[in-house]
Amino acid sequence: MKIFCIAEAIILVTALGVAVLRGLPGPVFFPVRLFAVVYADFFRGIPTILLIYLLGFGIPALQLSGVPTSELFWGTVALVLVYTAYVSEVYRAGIESVHPSQNAAARSLGLSHGQSLRYVVVPQAVRRVIPPLLNDFIGLQKDTALVGVLGVIEAFRQTQIDQAATFNFTPGIVAAVLFLLITIPLTRLTDWLIGRDRRRLLAAAGAPV
Amino acid sequence: MSAVLVLNGVRKSFGELEVLRGIDLELAEHEVVCLIGASGSGKSTLLRCVNLLEPIDAGHIVVNGREVTANGVDANSVRRGIGIVFQAFNLFPHMSVLANVSLGPRKVLGLARAQAEQEATALLERIGLADKRDEYPDRLSGGQQQRVAIVRALAMKPDLMLLDEVTSALDPELVGEVLAVIRELAEEGMTMLIATHEMSFARDVANRVCFLDAGVILEQGSPEQIFKAPQEPRTKQFLQRIVEAGRL
Repeated sequence: MKIFCIAEAIILVTALGVAVLRGLPGPVFFPVRLFAVVYADFFRGIPTILLIYLLGFGIPALQLSGVPTSELFWGTVALVLVYTAYVSEVYRAGIESVHPSQNAAARSLGLSHGQSLRYVVVPQAVRRVIPPLLNDFIGLQKDTALVGVLGVIEAFRQTQIDQAATFNFTPGIVAAVLFLLITIPLTRLTDWLIGRDRRRLLAAAGAPV
Repeated sequence: MSAVLVLNGVRKSFGELEVLRGIDLELAEHEVVCLIGASGSGKSTLLRCVNLLEPIDAGHIVVNGREVTANGVDANSVRRGIGIVFQAFNLFPHMSVLANVSLGPRKVLGLARAQAEQEATALLERIGLADKRDEYPDRLSGGQQQRVAIVRALAMKPDLMLLDEVTSALDPELVGEVLAVIRELAEEGMTMLIATHEMSFARDVANRVCFLDAGVILEQGSPEQIFKAPQEPRTKQFLQRIVEAGRL
């Protein structure tokens, strides 16, 4: 749960950063856009468990000085890297779904590209992508179990320990229930938000709700 | 009278299609010029080029004596002095009317919130929409939205206003209230370049009418001259069709 909360907070910010980098205009920013594209392709293409393995066992094994050796730290970093890639694509879709005329209106007032994003485009984009964002966070919540391969004692790892001691699958069921207790309310919240947006759209279009 | 806007041989293509094929035009201070012409004749593109929303391929655009199409000109500072109003209003749907109008003055001109909102309210009062200042755009009629869009542009205290078919997306009964606001601006001496399909409005409000055809200004003159005694066959043909459609 702690892994999830820390990772989620970091991802929300970094993913927006990657999405914004990818949308920078002009040839000057080509390398930056390229970086954002390569980043998203790379970290969406690698299985999460493989990256957790590589970072969690690989980096501490290098015995670099000044680098944390905590498996918990590197497991969280891996999750952040992977989910930032996913979430940046969600943000990008949101930014692109805002009609170009909104940007034109903002720029015509003299706002810079950054100001237009900050005050006009991103606020509208974020409202639109809240449901898919929550969807990704349900995924992230479950994937925290993968950090267990590093020996970090999260819920799933704990059940394996208990099972090995007692030959009893009850701890597994308890862990599953614990995960569901978190993910189901999140899922319902997502549904509710989607429904609310739909009602608003219909109301604005003058259609019966 | 000094020229607020000078266009010199302006050309613009979208891919293979050349939309503007050498536009020369000059607007003096306090002058109201209406651009008429069929859809696709380049009216909107011309306005978007003046506001640097579209880069031009050739020619020069000079605003208040400063060449804005030169290399290294800060487009944001140019746009600050030019107001544009779009056919589809383009209000920011996630902001209240007041926030829409005060965003530019606050973030671009650097006004404090209180002052920007006070000025915005005063402008809204002038068009009779002060009581809607806390509403969101989707709660307003099309005519009200377009009037707010005009005020949003005015809040930047522009030297030049560009109006791009501002009544084309409106129900007929809402056109009048928007035209009344524009007429008032003209009387106050605002320099305006107006692309429009409202011929009777152009006749009333314009100092000069330009007929655009296939990316060039084919004919220009006073409203009487263009509407009563057009010289070019293409102009005659265009006006004939307008009259037949009952729009003049």
